[in-house]
Amino acid sequence: MTIASRPMATAARELSASAAFIERNFNLSRRYWGWELAFLVYAVAGALSISFIGAAAADKRLIFSLVIGAIFWNYLSTVFSFIAETISWERWEGTLEYTMMAPVRRASQLAGSTTYAILYGLVHTSVILLVLTLFFELDLSHANFVTATVVMFAGSFSVVGIGIMAAILPLLYVERGAQMTFVIQSCLLVVSGVYYPVSVLPGWMQVASAFSPATYILDGVRKGLMEGASVTSVVHDLWPLALMGAILIPTGLWLFGRAEHYAKRTGKLKRVG
Amino acid sequence: MSITLTPEPKSTVRTPVSAHVEAPARIPETRQRPAQPAGPPALLLEHVGKTFTLGRKKKAVAAILDVSLRVERAEIYGVLGANGSGKSTLIRLVSTLLTLDTGRAEVFGHDVERDEMAVKRLINRVSVDAAFFKKLSPYENLAFAARLYGLHAGDARREAVRILARLGISEKRMGSPIEQMSRGMQQKVAIARALLTSPTLLLLDEPTTGLDPRSKLEVQAFVEDLRATHDATILLTTHDMAEADRLCDRIAILDGGRLVAEDTPDGLKARVGRETGLAPTLDNVFMTYTGRSLDEDVETEGPEDDE
Ligand SMILES: Nc1ncnc2c1ncn2[C@@H]1O[C@H](COP(=O)(O)OP(=O)(O)OP(=O)(O)O)[C@@H](O)[C@H]1O
Ligand SMILES: [Mg+2]
Repeated sequence: MTIASRPMATAARELSASAAFIERNFNLSRRYWGWELAFLVYAVAGALSISFIGAAAADKRLIFSLVIGAIFWNYLSTVFSFIAETISWERWEGTLEYTMMAPVRRASQLAGSTTYAILYGLVHTSVILLVLTLFFELDLSHANFVTATVVMFAGSFSVVGIGIMAAILPLLYVERGAQMTFVIQSCLLVVSGVYYPVSVLPGWMQVASAFSPATYILDGVRKGLMEGASVTSVVHDLWPLALMGAILIPTGLWLFGRAEHYAKRTGKLKRVG
Repeated sequence: MSITLTPEPKSTVRTPVSAHVEAPARIPETRQRPAQPAGPPALLLEHVGKTFTLGRKKKAVAAILDVSLRVERAEIYGVLGANGSGKSTLIRLVSTLLTLDTGRAEVFGHDVERDEMAVKRLINRVSVDAAFFKKLSPYENLAFAARLYGLHAGDARREAVRILARLGISEKRMGSPIEQMSRGMQQKVAIARALLTSPTLLLLDEPTTGLDPRSKLEVQAFVEDLRATHDATILLTTHDMAEADRLCDRIAILDGGRLVAEDTPDGLKARVGRETGLAPTLDNVFMTYTGRSLDEDVETEGPEDDE
């Protein structure tokens, strides 16, 4: 019989494959350290300059709100783009065909990419957090960190879900896919109330904001850290996040399979040769 | 599917047929077709077709047209043809990188579409372009590939060093970014990547294109060795007639996506010699079956793509 019929062996093999993606991405970050550093400096500078807007307004609450926006948006966008670039990166390097023909389930591949994206996002965000706390005095006296953590955790699933959805695009459209991914990320930034309350947006944008997980994550985290809200009082943020995660991840995986089939039917995995 | 014998990579159980195979010697015709009990053929294609649509005008390009062939275990099967005749497409169809429009394909009895995962475990491929993460070292690239196939990283490293040493690349080069290597060296690493996973069906798409004459011979010797020691079956495309002559037990010729001839190299040569009066060489075989002779003007560039 085939190896596939031995569930334990299969699980171990798939887990090892996931780990291979984590290790590879780590190696890539290491080898591209110059770019990593440049991106980090850019992110820190962006977060700092936005937070200084609050300083200019001499508004402590505004500073706090902007700092949270900068830090958490950085985390969310890093995780999102890392997952969304899973395919386009390999296409760019030329390795896509080799990865796609390896005996690895797509779910294991995406699990590996996602885990690395989250680890990477956490490191990236910690650096920004550190720098921002050096510049601004934040009043954390009644912050509820448990709420912030729970919201972040719940929200990560839905962000992973849309990341997977976005990763599909480069399979469907060889070049335009990566561009679309970029556009999606930009749209999320505008509608999710990262630096301002969603209420200031035009009506139609507010409708769009209801479909962005980032909206609920930022709202929940702000309530937790700035107002000390308990987990139970942010349930209205938690259930949409749980729902989105529960829908987006399985749908994303399924669509990924469909998109892969489409790419194989139309010859879109190929680059040269 | 449950009763089919699944050839496992690195299998130590040999079929009686392959146990007799001597490395450099060509297998006599009678040995290539094992008796029934030896299991399913390494590769079976039945009426396979693949068409691409190109550009805004949705122009249809038939890359593979009604191709049927059968490659037995431990055979080295060559596919020759002009540029754009469909060789790489054929290899991609077997590699599960393209879906079949028509027909069916089986690797050791596993259907490439229905039993994709099982097929993936049995195959590996080397393409013309050495596709790697350019900033990663050969070792990092190989370790990644090996782990995707369930190999232990340490074992993979030892094996990679051994294979690359045979191909003339020293261990010292294993640690620095692969982009610092020459194209031919990268190609050797690509060959090592495929061999690491001990594929029972190895798909080689112009593996020696761009290699210097010595490296070519090294790779060719390696391929012969592989078949002899690992019981591997090899599907090979090449534009090097001497290579095809040396390595292949049988050769198929593709022209515009169609399989227009299939025989042993000697059989093809004899037939062309007989039918055309040309010298019995593989070059002449190629020219005869791909519709152009060296003297003829090249007027019909590319495949007949609108059939
Ligand atoms: N992914 C693809 N998308 C669209 N058309 C393709 C694709 N792959 C191959 N083709 C077309 O199919 C035909 C066969 O191409 P293929 O690459 O299989 O030829 P080949 O025999 O390998 O040529 P070469 O000797 O140059 O490598 C060509 O007309 C090519 O343009
Ligand atoms: Mg080709």
